[in-house]
Amino acid sequence: MEFYPEIVAFEGTPFALNRIMLIRLLVLTLLVIVFALWTSKFKQANKAGNFVPGKFQLMGEISLNFVRKSIAHDQLGEKDGDRFLPLLTTIFFVTLGMNITGVIPGLNIAGTSVIGLPIVMALAAYVTFIYAGVKKHGGHFFTASLFPAGVPKAFYILVTPIEFLSTFILRPVTLALRLTMNMIAGHLLLVLCFSATQFFLFNAEGAFKFFGAGTFVFGFAFTLFEILVAFLQAYVFTLLTTVYIQLALADEH
Amino acid sequence: MDVTNIAELTGNLAVVGYGLAAVGPGVGVGLVVSKTIESIARQPELAAKLQVTMWLGIAFTEALALIGLATPFIFA
Repeated sequence: MEFYPEIVAFEGTPFALNRIMLIRLLVLTLLVIVFALWTSKFKQANKAGNFVPGKFQLMGEISLNFVRKSIAHDQLGEKDGDRFLPLLTTIFFVTLGMNITGVIPGLNIAGTSVIGLPIVMALAAYVTFIYAGVKKHGGHFFTASLFPAGVPKAFYILVTPIEFLSTFILRPVTLALRLTMNMIAGHLLLVLCFSATQFFLFNAEGAFKFFGAGTFVFGFAFTLFEILVAFLQAYVFTLLTTVYIQLALADEH
Repeated sequence: MDVTNIAELTGNLAVVGYGLAAVGPGVGVGLVVSKTIESIARQPELAAKLQVTMWLGIAFTEALALIGLATPFIFA
């Protein structure tokens, strides 16, 4: 299957590399390079007192400020937002970079379309929101989230298992699954459209060839849609992580 | 009277199952978005805040459909 391509290097070792792993490494290198360039640019501009940014610097400021202002500060407030900003920024840009390879010609598969990477990021989010809760409320965090206040005592038999399942099991699972399945579904849609185009153009008879044009237009439209989904999933993943942290920090506990 | 096959279907019943599983989340996402549009029409100045909540609601609802999509990978 497409999601388990053949191994190209280091076969038999735990570091076996296939096509998707190579794409991930490529994206990672690009991200590191872009961020190194951005930070050096920011430092330069700061030192020179030059506060009119160029195109490249402006791009960096806009995208970094998007995570900082409209995700972290909006949900967590300035103080806590800045505390958890490194994690949120990392999650956003890694997810975005890995998602966008799904529509880049020649790469054509998202780095997040195999569940390993989403699981790692979901675990990071999981550990962080539990850490945030425990740091602020101590052991009271667990009792407060398992036994919500204002519920009659007898109902805890029903409520506690549900709360446990939804808070401590379903949250990380759905975080990882949502991202992976979106990328898999997008890839399958694109494959369907473009292989149908190929079939209609080269194997179909007579007037059926015209269907090829239709499926090609659909394939193009879905490519645009996949770009939207790549941004959206990165945004949703980061936003959900933020909201989980915010719920863990909330004072009702 | 003997039965004759006039049409034959082959394939996996799971496909129909997933089609059914997608109905609920489809309706759910539709409700979330329609209510958000309604609220934005009533209070346009709250648009940014409502949109964030809308994405959250969509993300939670959508997870159901995606769990349906993941089942064959888990139980295959």
